[in-house]
Amino acid sequence: MTQPGTIEAERSRDIRKRWLLSLPALLIVLLAATGPLLIVLLYSFLTPGPYGDVLWKASPDGWIGVFLEKDIFTETLSLADAHVSIFVRSVLLSLATTVVTLLFGFPTAYFIATRPERTRELWLLLITIPFWTNLLIRTFAVLQIIRNEGLINTLLMKFGLIERPIQMLFTDGAILTGMVYVYLPLMVLPVYANLEKLDFRLVEAAYDLYATPFRVLTKIIIPLAKPGLIAGSILVFIPALGAYVTPSILGGGKNLMLGNLIELQFGQGRNWPLGSALSITLMLIVTVALLVYVRNVGSQEKRHG
Amino acid sequence: MARRFSVQRQTGFATIAIICFFALYLPIVVLVFYAFNSADSLSSFQGLSLRWFARAFENRQVIDASIRSLQIAAVAATAATIAATMAAIATTRTEPYRGLTLKYAFINQPLMVPEIVTAVALLIFFARIKIWTGYNGLGYLIAAHTAFCVPFAYLPIRARLENMDSTLEKAAADLYATPWKAFRYVTLPLLWPGILAGFMLAFVISLDDVVITEFVKSAGQDTLPTYMLGQIRRTITPEMNAISALFLLLSICVVIVFFVVNRKRV
Repeated sequence: MTQPGTIEAERSRDIRKRWLLSLPALLIVLLAATGPLLIVLLYSFLTPGPYGDVLWKASPDGWIGVFLEKDIFTETLSLADAHVSIFVRSVLLSLATTVVTLLFGFPTAYFIATRPERTRELWLLLITIPFWTNLLIRTFAVLQIIRNEGLINTLLMKFGLIERPIQMLFTDGAILTGMVYVYLPLMVLPVYANLEKLDFRLVEAAYDLYATPFRVLTKIIIPLAKPGLIAGSILVFIPALGAYVTPSILGGGKNLMLGNLIELQFGQGRNWPLGSALSITLMLIVTVALLVYVRNVGSQEKRHG
Repeated sequence: MARRFSVQRQTGFATIAIICFFALYLPIVVLVFYAFNSADSLSSFQGLSLRWFARAFENRQVIDASIRSLQIAAVAATAATIAATMAAIATTRTEPYRGLTLKYAFINQPLMVPEIVTAVALLIFFARIKIWTGYNGLGYLIAAHTAFCVPFAYLPIRARLENMDSTLEKAAADLYATPWKAFRYVTLPLLWPGILAGFMLAFVISLDDVVITEFVKSAGQDTLPTYMLGQIRRTITPEMNAISALFLLLSICVVIVFFVVNRKRV
């Protein structure tokens, strides 16, 4: 017979062991990911140094610069149109990317989930390969399709549909195309994971009760697939909002997104406090998106559970 | 006259799916095809040749960057996998205890923050450390890569552990196996596919990283992706296609191994 005391001691020893075991992972993440974020917060309240870096003097200018502009001569503040338009463009492009990947990704995931067991793995592999392939290479591949001498323009000219190549590269459309292409697997995989568990007997029952395919889709399949659809949307929206590689290659130097604006402050701009404040702002938007996700999926699970 | 009717079918879905698969692979196929172009530029295709592959293999910068990429990925993925395995053992198959949720949040934190923000944070942090210590080596890149690899290594290991029964380890303990022996001879062999999957995922994630590396690297520390980013921004020759094609080949091999490892279930 073991006494209650020893069980308790054993449990606390077990917990101590578990903390020791998780220590390396926690330390690595703290030192090279989470900790530095606090430094960004600190830097956003300092004064920019003349050659980058910061001077250790508190200043609100970094935060003021996120949306406002100070006139050099009159010291009056006005709305920083350039920054506002980059914010708006980033959010709109990310939302558009999410919607388009949803429109294409959901049917694709559904298609895979309804394949016979044997071929399903193969379709899944075909989605997984791009997912694991370097994002830079995939962006580069899109670049070669849409540039002026690329596949689309060459084919259109060959068939005589156009005389001069259409300028597709370095436009917002190019960024959108690139992001949809790059992030599509991120939408398909979670939606598939959800649809795989879907009980198709419910679909059959609905058909037996004379529901049209459209009603089955909107009343049965989509409500049941909702957690997957939301997870996929979040997985696409967050990296799209912070995208750096895709807009910098396909958007050229003119069509900036938030990621490029931040980079600019640490490069040519030499305004680290502003860059830091912009980074924190980006993180806040992402956090809001995550909270929406947690609330939606949380309530969803409660309803089913 | 009843037509065979599948309830699972939705009008147009198969068409959209096929379009997606086609659109996903077309650019990649074109990219690889042009790697075999014998012409001097990408503007025209003049016949098959391996000259751009040969050019890539002669390019000292490409070779150096590739070796650096592989070194960083190997060290970072190994370190991340060891840390993640320990963390996974510490956070699964237990009753909830204080701090467990905090651990989850911490380990998965790199997934929640946009890459560009982490990149900027590390740039600032390491710039300070560089001034204090004067050290300029690959250590910064390895530390950064290890950190963002941890959650990727952790996920498959944890998934594997959660599906594993703890009765076998208890049986080993009943038979007077020391905790280490029970781990070495019971837990580890059962957990192995998860660990391997975690390592491969971490390895590929490290190998593919552009943004964080671009911000953290010192002069002369280009990895293959940052080297390619620099080249793509300047002028593009079929040499880039050749390098991309080889990189793709490596990724595809790893995915297929990953798939096979994950399918073998006990």
